[in-house]
Amino acid sequence: MARDDVKTGYKLIGTRPNRPDGLDKVTGRARYGADFSLPGMLHAAVVRSPHAHARIVKIDASKALALDGVKAVVTRADLPTGLTGEDLNLQDNTLAGDRALYDGHAVAAVAATSALLAQDAARLIEVTYEVLPHVTDVDAAMAPGAPVIREGVADYSVPEGMHGNVARYMEFGHGDVEAGFAAADIVREHTYKTEATHQGYIEPHACVGQMGEDGRGEMWVCTQGHWYIRRMSAAVLGIDAANLRVTPSEIGGGFGGKTTIFMEPLSLALSRKAGGRPVKLVMSRSEVLRATGPTASASMDVKLGMKKDGTITAGQVYFRMQGGAFPGMSPIGEALPCAFACYDIAALKHEAVEVIANRPKAAAYRAPGSPMAAFAVESLVDEMCRELKLDPIEVRLKNGATNGSKSSYGPVYNVIGLKETLEAAKDHPNYAIPLGPNQGRGVASGFWFNHGGETSVSLAVGEDGTATVMIGTPDIGGSRASIGLMVAETLGIPYEDVRVNVVETGALGVNEPTHGSRATFASGKAAVEAARQAIAEMCRRAAADWGIDAEAVEWKDGAAHPAGPNAGKHPPMTIGEIGSKMGSTGGPISGHHEVTAEGVGASFGTHVVDVEVDPETGRTTVLRYLVVQDAGTAIHPAYVEGQYQGGAAQGIGWALNEEYVYGADGRLQNPVFLDYRIPVASDLPMIDTVIIEVPNPGHPYGVRGVGETGITPPLPAVASAIAGATGARIRSLPCSPPKVLAAIKAAKG
Amino acid sequence: MSKIHVTTTVNGDPVEFLADPRETLLDALRNQLDLTGTKEGCGTGDCGACSVTVDGTLVCSCLMLAAEANGKRVETIEGMAKEELHPLQRKFIEHAALQCGYCTPGILVAAKALLERNPDPTDTEVRYWLAGNLCRCTGYDKIIRAVQDAAAEMRQDHRGAA
Repeated sequence: MARDDVKTGYKLIGTRPNRPDGLDKVTGRARYGADFSLPGMLHAAVVRSPHAHARIVKIDASKALALDGVKAVVTRADLPTGLTGEDLNLQDNTLAGDRALYDGHAVAAVAATSALLAQDAARLIEVTYEVLPHVTDVDAAMAPGAPVIREGVADYSVPEGMHGNVARYMEFGHGDVEAGFAAADIVREHTYKTEATHQGYIEPHACVGQMGEDGRGEMWVCTQGHWYIRRMSAAVLGIDAANLRVTPSEIGGGFGGKTTIFMEPLSLALSRKAGGRPVKLVMSRSEVLRATGPTASASMDVKLGMKKDGTITAGQVYFRMQGGAFPGMSPIGEALPCAFACYDIAALKHEAVEVIANRPKAAAYRAPGSPMAAFAVESLVDEMCRELKLDPIEVRLKNGATNGSKSSYGPVYNVIGLKETLEAAKDHPNYAIPLGPNQGRGVASGFWFNHGGETSVSLAVGEDGTATVMIGTPDIGGSRASIGLMVAETLGIPYEDVRVNVVETGALGVNEPTHGSRATFASGKAAVEAARQAIAEMCRRAAADWGIDAEAVEWKDGAAHPAGPNAGKHPPMTIGEIGSKMGSTGGPISGHHEVTAEGVGASFGTHVVDVEVDPETGRTTVLRYLVVQDAGTAIHPAYVEGQYQGGAAQGIGWALNEEYVYGADGRLQNPVFLDYRIPVASDLPMIDTVIIEVPNPGHPYGVRGVGETGITPPLPAVASAIAGATGARIRSLPCSPPKVLAAIKAAKG
Repeated sequence: MSKIHVTTTVNGDPVEFLADPRETLLDALRNQLDLTGTKEGCGTGDCGACSVTVDGTLVCSCLMLAAEANGKRVETIEGMAKEELHPLQRKFIEHAALQCGYCTPGILVAAKALLERNPDPTDTEVRYWLAGNLCRCTGYDKIIRAVQDAAAEMRQDHRGAA
């Protein structure tokens, strides 16, 4: 698709105005999931399995129901039967059927007149379990003798003879890999592992649900995508989606983890059983960590061939990923295409298996699959660069994908900015700072596809010449500001005259969630189209008033102008004048755009990190950090930088601290923030950013989407920097102090 | 279990309510007094989203019982702006120091408590003071800059007033 209105010298795009929701958020007025209440509201609590794998023999709620103020208990027996496929998986995860499949799996829910009473009642619900053998590690889950935790999970893709826990198999590639390895000067092969991590949004899942005996309901919920919540909740409850109206709250972070349901249908089921009284359900932090989407854990074999000049002749990967006790949740389908997406290599072979294990149902986490793949491939590239004494940026420039390259996963790249990020990283002052003792530098590149998706946007012109935009993608990190900027730029009016609202499921057609780095790209693109529709109508109104053809009117600077020699002389008619008269010139003026957005542009990034490792303790300190990433066009640069910095911080956490720790009993050992330690302010330096702008031809203002790529390079970059500082290569994340210390000792022999 | 009559001052206003003996100050603020600006992120004192001050001391309101607030002076995010925004609030907006905004009330309350004790902190001092306030969105960079910019402005105003 041609970039249809490439402009230079934008008036508003690229500026940094205050975000419209800023005032509410610094004063405590912004309403998040748990902040919403209704008259007569009940509070719910969930009973969860303490076992990694157990048969549910009996549930006795009589003692709970005998408490004054306890209004309803829901178990799986209250949900409809006959669901199949992913709907059944969602229902199985919302409430266990005959078996609990992981520590924290919901077994029953109770609603009462206060939250404390609901928690008391939950403790009185007696569940009899028959404990079954379990497995939680990805490699152990497909080893001979591992218990098959669910029968029949393998889909058509799984070859004969694989373990019963293998749910999916993928392979693709191109070129002659064996010939490529034969042509290399060195061929190296290693296995890399990453542990599961959690998105770690600070706001726990929360909702208020209300449903009457007519089966119609409403829900107020923190989510990245309320149409998904509506469809999934309706499926689990066996009702039509049209009977549910879902309103998103402000959202306290999601990172992919709030694109699906975990407990939301329970609020509706409890409400219906409690005579239609609204029910609030708020997770605790330990419930969030035990029972909501962590990312997959991964075990990955990588083999690369390289010539002495740094040319990569062939590559091969075999990834094993577990995404919990449900098939389809591990991101093998993303990890494989991301593995070599930064490279243009003549021969590649990709293989992966998905394995199920007794862990919570995984959800998307920022560039799902890409960080693990990058850890494996970029770590090995770095190892070979160090062995051959080659500059890691030069090697990436030599082998890097560029405009017109056929990507490692098939499609041809249109216009991409990988090499621009590498050049900028090479030229950045950070790359030339001398390193001291026990210090090391790591470099890695990363990739995310970005996404378009189903999108529906409306725009209404106000009587005062303002514009109200209705979008369906919840705003996690400033997208109302960026969409407001694009609409204001298009209409030629001040940013302050555009109000962007995230509206409920009844107000627009279906919207996919804020996922895939798509909100500013897709909702923004649709909002620009909606604004253009409104402009066309405003030009028609002006033309009618002037008695000329609409084609003889042009729109600029927020007003209709007569265009061309035959249009006559008329003073410009502003959006305010047109808006004030629209009731008598044909009625309200609005614009709509509904589309499955195409024209997505991938975003590449390159990171450079310097660390210092304490040889006595193995503790790693990040000294400085540089993110260089292609934004296409940075609509609101401050929030683009924010995405880069936030992605880097999450990646640093994954590299250094964060991991799901399961005991031999299959229980999660660290379900609190004290033990699941995400980076705190004193762990990090300032995070330097360079925004590269190689405009995406598929977006009216060149937007690519910036949310996800930034979490990808930190995993290998940090591990490579530690290798530079210590001579010890960590191939299993996280690079926790004991592991680094042991690696240092091993490297010294 | 009988409830406890609690009389306290919140953001300068006298309030009284009946607290369950197990009820946290956080839950009382949010559910009894409708002051939902104070957030729960963990309930175990690890994330700082529930930060308030009690008689001037910065506390995690999830770790304090509501009954313990009896006779005390509680300040929350809702009391931070007077006729106009506190400089920290304004600088957080200007510096884009929030993304989802969920940790923001707690961080603002904590940063205000810091600047009252130390009007000219180093970056490291700001980072260690805020180490108990988790933010998952920003990587802290813009938060540190916003706090330092607000501190500089407040020092300037203080000198101007002196």
